[in-house]
Amino acid sequence: MHSFGYRANALLTFSVTALAFICAIASFSDKFSNQNPSAEIQILNINRLKKQSYGNDEVSLTLDISADLQSLFTWNTKQVFAFVAAEYETSKNSLNQVSLWDVIIPDKEHAKFRIQTSNKYRFIDQGHNLRGREFNLTLHWHVMPKTGKMLADKIVMPGYSLPDAYK
Amino acid sequence: MGWIGETVDSIKSIKIRQLLTQAVTLGMIVTSALIIWKAMMCVTGTESPVVVVLSGSMEPGFQRGDILLLRMTKDPIRTGEIVVFKIDGRDIPIVHRVIEVHERKTTGKVDVLTKGDNNDVDDIDLYADGQMWLHRHHIMGRAVGFLPYVGWVTIIMTEKPIIKYLLIGAMGLLVITSKD
Repeated sequence: MHSFGYRANALLTFSVTALAFICAIASFSDKFSNQNPSAEIQILNINRLKKQSYGNDEVSLTLDISADLQSLFTWNTKQVFAFVAAEYETSKNSLNQVSLWDVIIPDKEHAKFRIQTSNKYRFIDQGHNLRGREFNLTLHWHVMPKTGKMLADKIVMPGYSLPDAYK
Repeated sequence: MGWIGETVDSIKSIKIRQLLTQAVTLGMIVTSALIIWKAMMCVTGTESPVVVVLSGSMEPGFQRGDILLLRMTKDPIRTGEIVVFKIDGRDIPIVHRVIEVHERKTTGKVDVLTKGDNNDVDDIDLYADGQMWLHRHHIMGRAVGFLPYVGWVTIIMTEKPIIKYLLIGAMGLLVITSKD
């Protein structure tokens, strides 16, 4: 009952249980943080709206994105992944979401930013539905914890639209 | 060296009834582990409620050796979700983020495009030949929780199977020689 094997086993079981408990509590503490992120996106320019040689519409645009995500960081936060997506409806698709730009925010200092950038990922439709199309720009964020439950949310900004003709 | 003599002595002194009891106990332990695993599958709605991160394509958020807790619900798939999917004909599940969604009005079916946070390009090259989108049936679950480093045990046991055999052999020896 007191051999090395039994003691090692008891120690291991206890430490794993204790670690699991600590991880659960760390994750639970995230529930008590007060979060109020804010963001604003402006479209500086629609660079091109064209039809690709083998069919679909494609847009290239320049965005001005400013956001303050500092309140999302708690002691249990490893990083925040933020991205901007365009959402719109077409006659064939009830919802299209296309991610245009993303960033990995490693700590609180980098969480308040303003950036002007063209879209990182290509904005291509399934079809030719983009002329005159109205769309929302949403800023999504995804909080990845050091341990435990992940949290995701977004801010929807409606009211953007694309030009009526190819350019 | 006295320890080996002790072990040999205790193996010699095993009686049949004691051996059978121990075999039944071992069987009970294995089956309760299986029950817990199947129950987790029911609760989370996915056939693999836990996966180990095998590659660095989601760094720095998920490192190799981390464990992801998965859930699958009937909720629609939306951008930003971290999903685990399997390509037809391949065994290894891949954990990446959804970056594009197109949902059909009439059927509710979705076309999904994914990309690893740490990769420069999207996953088109990972999909099967000619496949442009993932569909709902490829996706096994969404990542909802995360435990760091715990998955290294699985990675070590997979990549160096000798350690797995050593561990099982040692556990078997412990069960046989215990006097309980």
